[in-house]
Amino acid sequence: MHPIRKKRLTIVLFLVAGIAIAVGLTTYALRQNINLFYDPTQISAGEAPVDVRIRAGGMVEEGSVIRDPNSLKVEFRVTDFNASVPVEYVGILPDLFAEGQGVVAMGQLNGQGRFVADQVLAKHDENYMPPEVADALAKSAKNGQQPSKAGDAPAY
Amino acid sequence: MYPELGQLALILALLLAVLLSVVPLVGSIAGRDNLQAFARPLATGLFVFIALAFAVLTHAFLTDDFSVAYVANNSNSLLPWYFKFSAVWGGHEGSLLLWILMLAGWTMAVAVFSRRLPTVMISQVLSVLGMVAVGFLLFIIITSNPFDRLLPNIPADGADLNPLLQDFGLIVHPPMLYMGYVGFSVAFAFAIAALMNGRLDAAWARWSRPWTTVAWAFLSVGIALGSWWAYYELGWGGWWFWDPVENASLLPWLSGTALMHSLAVTEKRGVFKSWTVLLAIVTFALSLLGTFLVRSGVLTSVHAFASDPERGVFLLALLAVTVIASLTLYAFRAPVVHVRSRYGTLSREIFLLLNNVLLVSATLLVAVGTLYPLVLDYLDMGRLSIGEPFFNLTFSPLAVATGLLLGTGIFSRWKKTDGGWLGRKLLWPLAISLVASTAVLIGYGGFKPWAFAGIFSAMWVAVATFWDLLDKSSSRKGRLHGLKRQSRSYYGMVLGHLGLAITMAGATVVSNYGIERDVRMVPGDVATVGDYQFVFREIGERQGPNFTAQYGSFDVILDGEQVADLHPEKRQYSVGMSVMTEADIDAGLFRDIFVAIGERISDQAWAIRLQYKPLVRWLWLGAVFMAAGGFLAISDRRYRIRERAGVREGAREDTARQSDDPAGALS
Repeated sequence: MHPIRKKRLTIVLFLVAGIAIAVGLTTYALRQNINLFYDPTQISAGEAPVDVRIRAGGMVEEGSVIRDPNSLKVEFRVTDFNASVPVEYVGILPDLFAEGQGVVAMGQLNGQGRFVADQVLAKHDENYMPPEVADALAKSAKNGQQPSKAGDAPAY
Repeated sequence: MYPELGQLALILALLLAVLLSVVPLVGSIAGRDNLQAFARPLATGLFVFIALAFAVLTHAFLTDDFSVAYVANNSNSLLPWYFKFSAVWGGHEGSLLLWILMLAGWTMAVAVFSRRLPTVMISQVLSVLGMVAVGFLLFIIITSNPFDRLLPNIPADGADLNPLLQDFGLIVHPPMLYMGYVGFSVAFAFAIAALMNGRLDAAWARWSRPWTTVAWAFLSVGIALGSWWAYYELGWGGWWFWDPVENASLLPWLSGTALMHSLAVTEKRGVFKSWTVLLAIVTFALSLLGTFLVRSGVLTSVHAFASDPERGVFLLALLAVTVIASLTLYAFRAPVVHVRSRYGTLSREIFLLLNNVLLVSATLLVAVGTLYPLVLDYLDMGRLSIGEPFFNLTFSPLAVATGLLLGTGIFSRWKKTDGGWLGRKLLWPLAISLVASTAVLIGYGGFKPWAFAGIFSAMWVAVATFWDLLDKSSSRKGRLHGLKRQSRSYYGMVLGHLGLAITMAGATVVSNYGIERDVRMVPGDVATVGDYQFVFREIGERQGPNFTAQYGSFDVILDGEQVADLHPEKRQYSVGMSVMTEADIDAGLFRDIFVAIGERISDQAWAIRLQYKPLVRWLWLGAVFMAAGGFLAISDRRYRIRERAGVREGAREDTARQSDDPAGALS
């Protein structure tokens, strides 16, 4: 083979090998690490898988937050005003966590229909509504409870 | 009155940008010097008017002009002046204005510092930069005007700057990051100009290199600052979350790193030209993608609070036009280039090629992880997120591989390297790295495969870099003479590579040996984290300029001796009543002690986060090294010698060059 062609072939082979490895790793890792989002209605209807890491989100139900005075354990209910799901979490909650605020939790659903969270996210602005939560609320749209729009809050 | 002046300045800047993108370009094609002569004055004018607009907005912030909607939304009369100043870029509109200011600054810098370039080249480069400016000025004027007024209902006071952004980090992080993002537009403009006049040669690579390197250095600092800010301000001690916005800044950094190395090969050996040009286009496109991701509100992120479909569509259109236009040009013009230079299978060229393959793979990987959920969501195929484990699992092997390749490639020679010679060369560094990394692991208590891979890779890079420096600096006239003989670009490379090793070591150690505990504590309690004891003494209260804070007092004790006295705070901001956690950190070169208070659990008890973070500072220290390396490299005299010398074909000059500049490139 012509030396220049040969060299080009080497380069192409390197590229293909690199991309193949990247694609292989990516698909393998993707399969393990995709976290699907479920809203409270779906979870209470039994659509969410048990013992699989998922994300759940909605509003923290008013008056549902119960703290264990002797540990960092906290329980609350997340609602989309149509159904609600009990959540338990051990750890520090974000600053903007409050009743009536939108949250997204990561964790697993156990056999008793409780969501055991290992991470609770409430975003860094009091007007902020996680898009998933906004969607879920719009979907259930009961009581005419429209999610307040994010509006012109700081965009940074 | 002033805000209208600002508005006017923006519109004038737009007109100048339109002229800049047309007149010099036409002049260069028609070969008319009188038209090309407009390039520099127009670039200067563009900068002046945008700087004027920026100054007007700054003035509005400093004088609390709440009739300007953007000021009313992002500032407050109680804000200290330095935060009023940084609030200029604390929101969407202002940060775009900063973006454009940077672009105009870079354009002006090109006009000023490229006196030696051929007129045709400089005209076309400035024209391309003018086109980018037109796009962004249209964007800001049409969709995101920072000078919109709230008339006649002027609010009595502003809605305040988001407390998270009231921080030193915000003052410096966005400007640095934008300097980097926007800086890649220069490399892009050079690439487009080179494609237009068919001049993809070593000279072009030499002109592009310093600009690319500076942009990359700024971006490195910007990313590090963002990570540092997240660490102490909002992350509860996390330093990288694989958040889409962080990824958006990492993407151009990765491809920019690839570009820097590929440019080195193009300059030195006159090969990889088409690839380099493609990388320059891709890197700038990724900068635009980053801007789109952050600014359009498509992301769930710390940075994206407001979503405005109009803005998203405009930015996407801008991105699409840029990518399609430049790739079309590329498709037509790139094949013109022919490779004449030869190199063997084991050569510096091949090592740098592999480096590019790894970096581009990493870029693709991060892009997939970032964009996949967005695309699925857009197609209405479900909402999902891709967690940190995905990135950690896929990115870490590539990072380790890059380190291993780097340490090996440092010793390689252009054109051809003897395999046996290379193997013998690697023996000592290999042995030293193995012993040293094992020692480090034992020091941190415990062997973990990934920790070993990371530490070894970092150690390998560092040892190989030093070994190579010792090799190159050995001289009959003594070591000092040998060290003095090395070029600045070589030392730039040394610093850059050491920086990578430092960052990798920091990331590995803090991820594997850091300890984090969340505990419930009442005053008087003692908690143990690793070898450290934390005594929670009391809770107090203090008044800040625009907040009240409750603070905890902690004594940190190691082996019976107090090493730190920390006061983390919980702040309540008076405007907007938002609550903020302010961690307190005892920083050290080898470890950080981190305390943050969470929420109050009962009358007496608080949730407390205690952390021991070994080598966490190294993450950012490494970035400082990298940036310093970048700046050192561009101060090399070979970028200042008469460009006539640079016009020679790169492939021809390599033998002569190799002797006085052995490392050659920022490779």
